[in-house]
Amino acid sequence: MGDLYPLNLFYGIIKSTLFEKMRKGEAQVLRIENLSVAVADKEILHHVNLHIAPGEVHVLFGPNGTGKSSLIGTIMGFDRFKVLEGKIYFKGQDITDAAPYERARLGLGVMIQRPPTIRGLSLRQMISICGATPAEVEQMAQWMGLAEFLDRSVNDGFSGGELKRSELLQLMAQKPELLLLDEPESGVDVENIALVGRASNYILHNAPCGGAGCEQPCCAQHAGLQAAAKDNQHSGLIITHLGHILKYVPATHAHILYQGEMHDVAETPLEILEQISRDGYENCVKGSRRAEA
Amino acid sequence: MSEQEKLQAALQKQAAFGRDIDLTTYDDNDVAHVQSEADISAGGKEKMTNVGMELDGANRSGSFIQVDNVVLEPKVKKQTPLELMNTGMAAKKYPELVEKYWWKAVAADTDKYTAITALEKENGYFIRVKAGHKLTYPVQACVFLSHEEQLQRVHNVIIVEEGAELNVVSGCASDPCVDKAVHLGISEFYVGKDAKLTFTMIHNWGPNVSVRPRSATIVEEGGVYINNYVCIEDAKDVQMNPKVILQGEGAVTRLNSILAAAEGSHLDVGGTVYLDAKGTRAEIIARSLSSGGEIINRGLLSGKAEEVRAHLECSGLMLSDAGYISAIPQLDAFVSNADMTHEAAVGRIAPEEIEYLMARGLDEEEATATIVRGFLNINIEGLPDSLAKKITDTLDAFSLNKGM
Repeated sequence: MGDLYPLNLFYGIIKSTLFEKMRKGEAQVLRIENLSVAVADKEILHHVNLHIAPGEVHVLFGPNGTGKSSLIGTIMGFDRFKVLEGKIYFKGQDITDAAPYERARLGLGVMIQRPPTIRGLSLRQMISICGATPAEVEQMAQWMGLAEFLDRSVNDGFSGGELKRSELLQLMAQKPELLLLDEPESGVDVENIALVGRASNYILHNAPCGGAGCEQPCCAQHAGLQAAAKDNQHSGLIITHLGHILKYVPATHAHILYQGEMHDVAETPLEILEQISRDGYENCVKGSRRAEA
Repeated sequence: MSEQEKLQAALQKQAAFGRDIDLTTYDDNDVAHVQSEADISAGGKEKMTNVGMELDGANRSGSFIQVDNVVLEPKVKKQTPLELMNTGMAAKKYPELVEKYWWKAVAADTDKYTAITALEKENGYFIRVKAGHKLTYPVQACVFLSHEEQLQRVHNVIIVEEGAELNVVSGCASDPCVDKAVHLGISEFYVGKDAKLTFTMIHNWGPNVSVRPRSATIVEEGGVYINNYVCIEDAKDVQMNPKVILQGEGAVTRLNSILAAAEGSHLDVGGTVYLDAKGTRAEIIARSLSSGGEIINRGLLSGKAEEVRAHLECSGLMLSDAGYISAIPQLDAFVSNADMTHEAAVGRIAPEEIEYLMARGLDEEEATATIVRGFLNINIEGLPDSLAKKITDTLDAFSLNKGM
């Protein structure tokens, strides 16, 4: 993590100014209050609190099976996840009981970890369902290296990396105000992680870059470098195991979800990542403060 | 036993599949209940349009209409190399063709339905395209029921000579005023060397109409036969199992079907291909939707010659817990280098597929319709655009209104 260390300072500055102000104000994109969730009658999330302000990108760390995907599934309103207690607000509106399509139309967008194949529905049709014009479909598929997949059934026989790119392609068309990514780097090779990162930044920026030498998707100019969180118009919540995506996507906050409980153990995402690598999850959360409402 | 005696005996012969129909309870007459197209009711005309008939015939090479057991004057576009007439009339005009083609692909004593059609006055369409001619527009043929309790008999013969190409859109419908009736349709198609026939049949009957098509196609060397069948409106009882005999080397056939059965409909629809010559290829693709009706989907591929290749795919989607879908694929190989495969799947729409589309902003109904449309997307060749759109619209309504 040494090469990324100077960025910690940078995060600190950003956080203490812009975002903290937004956090305290009304302008919250997502506010989760005291959320407990069950799957098949078993409680897996316990009294979770989470606040995301405009432009913030939160990272969620945690071991396997600890409820990270369930949290994203619950935010999206998927049927399996039953809210036992608590509320979810999106842009101030209570969406705890809203259907997934209502949430999508309000501005939530999710990358699904193992999306199903829909036979006979082409990737092209899927992207236009997400809101892209025919010209945008072509352009965005080019960016994501999926132009040749456009007329195939969506997700049919796609490799792990292709699935991630296909999901991001759909989200680019959807332009969500809150981007929910469930392990965007899993199954993706090193070359494609940069592409996954750039596509995520494109969605978070929600504006063409236009900077010197800029190639779409936006932030290609930052290739190899960190994009700046201050450019974000939209917000994100990213589940990650290893933190590779942090090389490309500027996270502003991080949390650990451990055994269904949310813990805030350090100030910056990279600090948390370092602590986790050094001490392991269990030691990290021992004695930490639980995220408060 | 003479031919006549054999046919008389066959009048008692039940069909191999399907419920037995007591034909004596229907009115078997040759009365012209309708004198001309103008006499067909507005509701009837709408149903004709829904099965692909273009009433002005502008984009058709020729138009044929049979109402009950009476054929109206067929129309052929000027300077089109096409023969289109009543089968009975063709039999009188061309005795040499009768010798060669009549009741040769389908045996007249197959069952009671073929026997009665062979014994009574002959109606139906005769279509011939002479060698080397390719028609620009499809030929449309409509077989229409206008009279309550009518027994309709049809004997169709299509001959596509060497190197010729023909696209036929055949629409079968009943007037909205008809409740109970029976339609018997015998079709014999002959696809010559290097010729191509695309035949699309769309059914739109009433909830008490029973339907017994009997058809067989013989394909010569290098010939191509595409058969599309769409039955997505109520029908009491349809049973058919069209046969294709790939008789010449390298002949190819594709049978596509889209079936949708609401409560009260019983569709027993198959497809049988005999790959009798070297290097012949066949594909049967069937998609079935049940929202409470019953569908039996039979598919049989029989490989008797060297290097044949064939694939059979029947998929069914249950939109409710009522009704049933039964997929019965069968492969028979008689040579070691036959390459024959099948896929069959029946199930409901996976909830995670609906949820996936909902996460992209579609509501539950839109998501369901989108998945069903994808399921049915089998690229039917030779379908006029307006007809394809009508079919899509009908299926959308089917999967939404009756489905969930």
